[in-house]
Amino acid sequence: MTLASDRVLAALFLFLLLPVASLAADPAPERARELVRMVRQDCGSCHGLTLNGGLGPPLLPDTLRDKPAESLRYTVLLGRPGTPMPPWNAFMTEAEADWIVRQLMAGFPEETR
Amino acid sequence: MKSLLFVVAAFLLSACSGTALRGTGDLGIVIERASGSVAVVDSTSRSILGRIEGLGDLSHASAVYSRDGRYAYVFGRDGGLTKVDLLERRIARRIIQAGNSIGGAISQDGRLVAAQNYQPGGVKVFDADTLELLADIPAEFSETKQRSKVVGLADVPGNKFVFALFDAGEIWVADLSKSREPKVTKFRNIGKQPYDGLVTPDGRHYMAGLFGEDGIALVDLWKPEQGARKILAGYGKGTEKLPVFKMPHLRGWAVAGGRAYLPAIGKHEVLVVDTTTWQEVGRIPVKGQPVFVMARPDGRQIWVNFAFPDYSNVQVIDTLEQKVVQTLSPGKAVLHMEFTPRGEHVWISSRDDNRVSVYDTASFTKLAELPAQNPSGIFFTSRAARIGF
Repeated sequence: MTLASDRVLAALFLFLLLPVASLAADPAPERARELVRMVRQDCGSCHGLTLNGGLGPPLLPDTLRDKPAESLRYTVLLGRPGTPMPPWNAFMTEAEADWIVRQLMAGFPEETR
Repeated sequence: MKSLLFVVAAFLLSACSGTALRGTGDLGIVIERASGSVAVVDSTSRSILGRIEGLGDLSHASAVYSRDGRYAYVFGRDGGLTKVDLLERRIARRIIQAGNSIGGAISQDGRLVAAQNYQPGGVKVFDADTLELLADIPAEFSETKQRSKVVGLADVPGNKFVFALFDAGEIWVADLSKSREPKVTKFRNIGKQPYDGLVTPDGRHYMAGLFGEDGIALVDLWKPEQGARKILAGYGKGTEKLPVFKMPHLRGWAVAGGRAYLPAIGKHEVLVVDTTTWQEVGRIPVKGQPVFVMARPDGRQIWVNFAFPDYSNVQVIDTLEQKVVQTLSPGKAVLHMEFTPRGEHVWISSRDDNRVSVYDTASFTKLAELPAQNPSGIFFTSRAARIGF
């Protein structure tokens, strides 16, 4: 099976799960710490540690304000073809992507260690 | 009596300055990305001599050296350019030169420091002594004068800097033999989305890796009139491209024994190119998507680290056998490797395990582990003497 058809299937699957995902609870504290680290460090290699942008655009509340949360969630999970943004759905659930988008829009937490 | 006085005076002087006289040939810095500090390290004693703080946002930071090896110029993501004194272990000078920066270079004569910027897109050139702005080269490319992000900045002989425009698909050569009047030569339509560049150790060829298509753009700087050409075009043809979780980095250390070793974007492969014909002569399967592909200074080995999620490993390619001969696991999230000047040791940073590991490159024995806070780039002063660093 090709990656493209995988992505379509994944998108359909996510669409079906949409209402559930929106109501999903926050990740457990340990997992939340991992996700914060992943966003700051791994997303940060393109978007900057402070999320102020780099090769990828800034991910600050001001820059995301006008963008619908759902499209941001799909960008995180499925990537953006034609740009360097890769899909992250192998490393997080849709509920976790949703949580990340909410955090980004509200002002992303710093890493605690 | 006189000589005793002299000894006492010398002792008092050295006590005042706090350090004995020493060279800088075996010194370096380790970027501590999250804390905005650099650790000054000694590769002979394999120890951390001290820390310098207050360098701002050091995610994706890199450094170049003054030709005397005393000062490091550290380029921060936040547009900070900091001149660090390795001997006195303090910040000598610091400016904020842009909104979003990605690295820099130092000119052949050591007088000019150039920074490559994403925001606003372009290159700025500073006096290496004072950090005074000498020239500003905006990366304007369309009729609307849109500005491109700049990547792959490298110094080449003749006080020139070469760089690539990610959004425009161009390579520019800026001649700064008159430092306030840059003369820019532009190579257009070199390929889609150049993501980084490198200059060969002789300063003759500039290569820009392309993200938007399979291939590498190549410019012969000795024959610029020939223009840019594409090599390795379609290297991924017929195979599925994997998502890229971190952009590879190209640096001058990927050339060894007449061959260039280059990361295959979106693949678990290192591409091997003959630097006479510029034809692909082989591919070496590796454990993940390569980020840095670096030749040991003698060219006998190539060390490779990887993008997320395979980034806790490092592999070593033997250039005679053309295959992987060693796999190491130095720690979680290996971000960078740096060889000692003649290559007997390699220093490897593991961001998530907060340490730098030192390995013997012949026996692969671990010689030391040094604590560092989220270490990323490691830069030794030997870079001061190399073209393209």
